[in-house]
Amino acid sequence: MYRIRFHGRGGQGMKTASRILGSAFFLSGFEVQDAPRYGAERRGAPIFAFVRAGRAAILERGNIDRPDLVVVADDTLVAIPGAGVLAGLHADSVLLLVTTVPADDWQQRLNTTGTVLTLPPPGGSERDPALLSALCAGAAARLTGAIEREALIRAVDEELALYPADTIAANRAGALAGFDALAVAAGRVGESGAVAADGYDAPDWIDLPADGVGLAAPTIHAGATSVEVRTGLWRTMRPVIDLEKCHRCTWVCGTFCPDGVIGVDAERYPVIDYDHCKGCMICLAQCPTHAIAAITERQGREADIAAEGEQA
Amino acid sequence: MTRTLLTGNGAAAWGARLARADYLPAFPITPQTEIIETLARWIDMGEMDCRMATLESEHSMITAAGAAAATGVRVFTATSSQGLLYGMEMLYTVAGWRVPLVMINVSRGLAAPITLETDHNDILAARDSGFLQLHCATCQEVVDAVLLAYRLAEDPAVRLPVIVNLDGFHLSFTREPVELPDGDLADRFLPTFDPGPGEIRAGKPTSQAVAVLGGGPYSYFRYECHLAALAALEVHRRNVDEYAGLTGRRYDALECYRADDAEVVFVMLGSFATKAKAAVDQLRQAGRPVGLVRPRLLRPFPEADLRRALAGKVAVAVIDQNLSIGKGGVLHGEISGALHGVSGAPPVIASFIGGLGGRDITAEEFFEIAGQTARAAESGQVPPPRLLYTLHELAEMRKLQAIAHVERQEEVPGP
Repeated sequence: MYRIRFHGRGGQGMKTASRILGSAFFLSGFEVQDAPRYGAERRGAPIFAFVRAGRAAILERGNIDRPDLVVVADDTLVAIPGAGVLAGLHADSVLLLVTTVPADDWQQRLNTTGTVLTLPPPGGSERDPALLSALCAGAAARLTGAIEREALIRAVDEELALYPADTIAANRAGALAGFDALAVAAGRVGESGAVAADGYDAPDWIDLPADGVGLAAPTIHAGATSVEVRTGLWRTMRPVIDLEKCHRCTWVCGTFCPDGVIGVDAERYPVIDYDHCKGCMICLAQCPTHAIAAITERQGREADIAAEGEQA
Repeated sequence: MTRTLLTGNGAAAWGARLARADYLPAFPITPQTEIIETLARWIDMGEMDCRMATLESEHSMITAAGAAAATGVRVFTATSSQGLLYGMEMLYTVAGWRVPLVMINVSRGLAAPITLETDHNDILAARDSGFLQLHCATCQEVVDAVLLAYRLAEDPAVRLPVIVNLDGFHLSFTREPVELPDGDLADRFLPTFDPGPGEIRAGKPTSQAVAVLGGGPYSYFRYECHLAALAALEVHRRNVDEYAGLTGRRYDALECYRADDAEVVFVMLGSFATKAKAAVDQLRQAGRPVGLVRPRLLRPFPEADLRRALAGKVAVAVIDQNLSIGKGGVLHGEISGALHGVSGAPPVIASFIGGLGGRDITAEEFFEIAGQTARAAESGQVPPPRLLYTLHELAEMRKLQAIAHVERQEEVPGP
């Protein structure tokens, strides 16, 4: 059975990637199971999705503990332990990263001798996450060596059936770009077997101690903890206010902001708390004077670095 | 029939569509919402002739569902977890009205602490309500169970509402190959609902939900519900035969997998049972005679079938994906009760609690459950209930607690 995990941020299309790959396997005669896995259903939060494919009915469910292939659409997730990107990688696993950093560097950073492959992000991909998902699906399909181009294209068409023709065409191109880019590694990802019932590692079950209520109640012993969680890290798009165009109405953007992260300064200009703005862009949609623009978070970070340089 | 990839939620929606549900009262809750969204789209696009109403709570939703069913239309609705509990009062009430409807519950653990992931405490809280319960293990089973549920609910000998249960995430958001029955076939199996003489019409009003005092009438009405539920065992048996004849898919009250010649048998509910089947296959390869018995029908409880399936076994391992606080696994109690005093009852009925709040159960854990249960049978010592919880998990828990307590510099013990 093939066991494949896709990691990305909410909004980058990893559920779609898993479904394109799942459908492509299904159209190629495989039994298939695909599913997304997420907690907070928010744009930018780490999510993963997985695909199982084999010749017999699939009885396994839930987490893939020992993946044959892990595809990571957003390289900033590697450093976040909670994202679990590297979990269960074994000697025969393949790690495919969408990144501008060379594979050798990743191998060094991760201190691994396992196979690490890289794909450059598609041009302007952050503006169109759908292309990122198609790219990842196409790349994964080629790595298995079990899926032909025609099945991949049909899978894209099926998955995006409700979208306009130009979106479908762009995704077909994206999937094929991933498919062709990995031609050199076609078939590199193999199937793995199930854990055998003789000679398995027994689980180290314990008897839970009966803790006092002070410890055992689900309470955080501190106030205002949500402030400490920098949900702004989830952002893939950043709203930027053009103060020239802002009429200082003082309420529209801040009132519509679902996270309450737009305040007003002493001169009555709106100020976005980027530590907690998740980049939903509702402010952009609501601003009556169109004073709010969207830039990609990558562009935003580059601008931040440039600004810090100027200050220094 | 078309074979296609569908999520459990998609399969549930297809079940309602194939059943030609007339009325859909709705209220959103994760992980169920996709069912309602799918149906809403079909209704909007004119692909399904159904009236949808959004209610302001699950309490109202179940009331509307029951009231509509009393008029003789076919009603479908869906909820999950906190929503099911919010509507709990009306579950008992609507079942007492003796009206047929089908409700999906997408299982999800209950607060507090709050979670989105699956376990069966929500559906088991509805165990005694009078709603019959069908539990699913695959997306295929979901679509078929909806049709079987209507057929059962609407049978004049039963006339009780039915909940079809599917696990959040592991079925609700998981796509699997599903063979969709043709509309003609569904129509043949499930003709238009005939409510008979009791149906409410504007020109023929009836008074539902009368008040009774003194206990006698109350006992009568509740016990009649119970008798109708018990009658559902035989009705379901016939329905299953007919459905198997039409589709080739059999959904007996119990799924028995390699259980006939098994010495040790896993007993559990829901989608993790497919993982148990995979473990059974591996254990068999290693020469260990292990099998699985999974109740699909939980209410009515298929007690006679369970006795037949489990009598003569060396040992049974009941794996509960639920926890009755202060008692233990709910299914363990039910299985023990069913086997008590039965000739050939397994001497060991071991209890394992696992998969709470979406916690995985690994293949190794199934192997270990089988091993420990077999050893218990050899020694004759029934082991105490075992929570599937590892040292590693406690160490991770201690880290979270250390963070939760750090501000006040409170001490947290090691794992």
